[in-house]
Amino acid sequence: MSRVRLLVGTRKGAFVLTADGARRDWAVAGPYFPGWEMFHLKASPVNPDRIYASQSSGWFGQVVQRSDDGGATWAAMDNNFLYDGVPGTHQWYDGTPHPWEFKRVWHLEPSLTCADTVYAGIEDAALFQSRDGGRSWQELSGLRRHGTGPAWQPGAGGMCLHTILLDPTDPARMVIAISAAGAFRTDDGGQSWQPINRGLRSAHIPDPTAEVGHCVHHIAMHPSRPGSLFMQKHWDVMRSDDAGGSWHDISGDLPTDFGFVIDVHAHEPETLYVVPIKSDSEHFPIDGALRVYRSRSGGNAWEPLTNGLPQRDCYVNVLRDAMAVDSLDACGVYFGTTGGQVYASADAGDTWQAIVRDLPAVLSVEVQTLP
Amino acid sequence: MRSTIRVELPAGLRLLAGLGREVRVAVEGAVTLRTILDALEAAHPTLQGTIRDRNTHRRRPFIRFFACQQDLSHAAPDDPVPAAVAQGLESLLIVGAIAGG
Repeated sequence: MSRVRLLVGTRKGAFVLTADGARRDWAVAGPYFPGWEMFHLKASPVNPDRIYASQSSGWFGQVVQRSDDGGATWAAMDNNFLYDGVPGTHQWYDGTPHPWEFKRVWHLEPSLTCADTVYAGIEDAALFQSRDGGRSWQELSGLRRHGTGPAWQPGAGGMCLHTILLDPTDPARMVIAISAAGAFRTDDGGQSWQPINRGLRSAHIPDPTAEVGHCVHHIAMHPSRPGSLFMQKHWDVMRSDDAGGSWHDISGDLPTDFGFVIDVHAHEPETLYVVPIKSDSEHFPIDGALRVYRSRSGGNAWEPLTNGLPQRDCYVNVLRDAMAVDSLDACGVYFGTTGGQVYASADAGDTWQAIVRDLPAVLSVEVQTLP
Repeated sequence: MRSTIRVELPAGLRLLAGLGREVRVAVEGAVTLRTILDALEAAHPTLQGTIRDRNTHRRRPFIRFFACQQDLSHAAPDDPVPAAVAQGLESLLIVGAIAGG
């Protein structure tokens, strides 16, 4: 019988939650690395027992951890993220030039074909690659050296590269996103990049056709249709059907189009999930009611999913890397909140249960479907 | 000359490196903050980058060094540490600043 393993990163440690295919009864292991901020954990699709984890601390900096036994034991890998050459400056919040400085790893994306290859999205925004299982890191500096780099600015959470999407049909194609620079795509394995932000509109940018400066919160892709991308922007839920060449708004009848997460059903490439958040100043659900919204039509028409979710007095947020879907026949959907709950649906969102209710604030959720 | 230096680590780094509160490291020659940290990181590579920058060797902002009731945080890295530390009578305390949540 299949089983699932959730990898949960929180402000104060990591947790591994496991269940069989029914996904009703869960075992909770952890905290791993208690006291440390665990920004992201993700397993290799080639070797599911190999898990990479980003461990961070305001005191002690960045550590990259690796497990080769499904999270039971861990070993620290290299943490030397050295920009390629003299990194120069980007814009600071006030528009002045500010030196590029490494702060932390936001996202780890293991290769689809090699368990030893993994990509890291870091703050200040850059993309790194390891080909030796995390023992050493090299910057793919074509991205940061893109001509627009000096104009990039941090979002409120820092200038983070938070999304890395690998195209399963084209090993040379990759899409990344940066707050608040926008989305970029490479078609040559990371050597050169182009901004893919046409059609995005952001009220804080005076030039409506600006090439960069958009605060992209997250992008999702269905592996069977890598040309279709779904974006939760600061405001607006957007869609592209030409690998980011152009975007159009699919917010439709959402009660608010602000939010952080977005994901796609494992077996239905036109079924999308978002968690609308009231506004950029009030990072919690509207009316204290936690609702996942699902579109079965690729956007525009959305339905609220509330069964099992708190519908009063709920003022949590769901951060950008804190939603995931499993690939069991009835697609499982999972998300974690800043209030420490991890919710699971074993029926594609129709009903929900809280697996755990009292973890530290959840930063990231990934799920593995295991034999 | 070889000296055995006692170093006390903050809880987060003990957890990271799998060490107890006090670590003993062997330092050859002059005993300074630099040579102590070099020896500590050589013995426990996991600690590289967690106390000082991997490349500039600048102390991380929320880390402080104390010994013999003195704040050594702003001492030059090549200055000799207090004699009691060099003689192994007192520990070099590596402290995480009281900050954060």
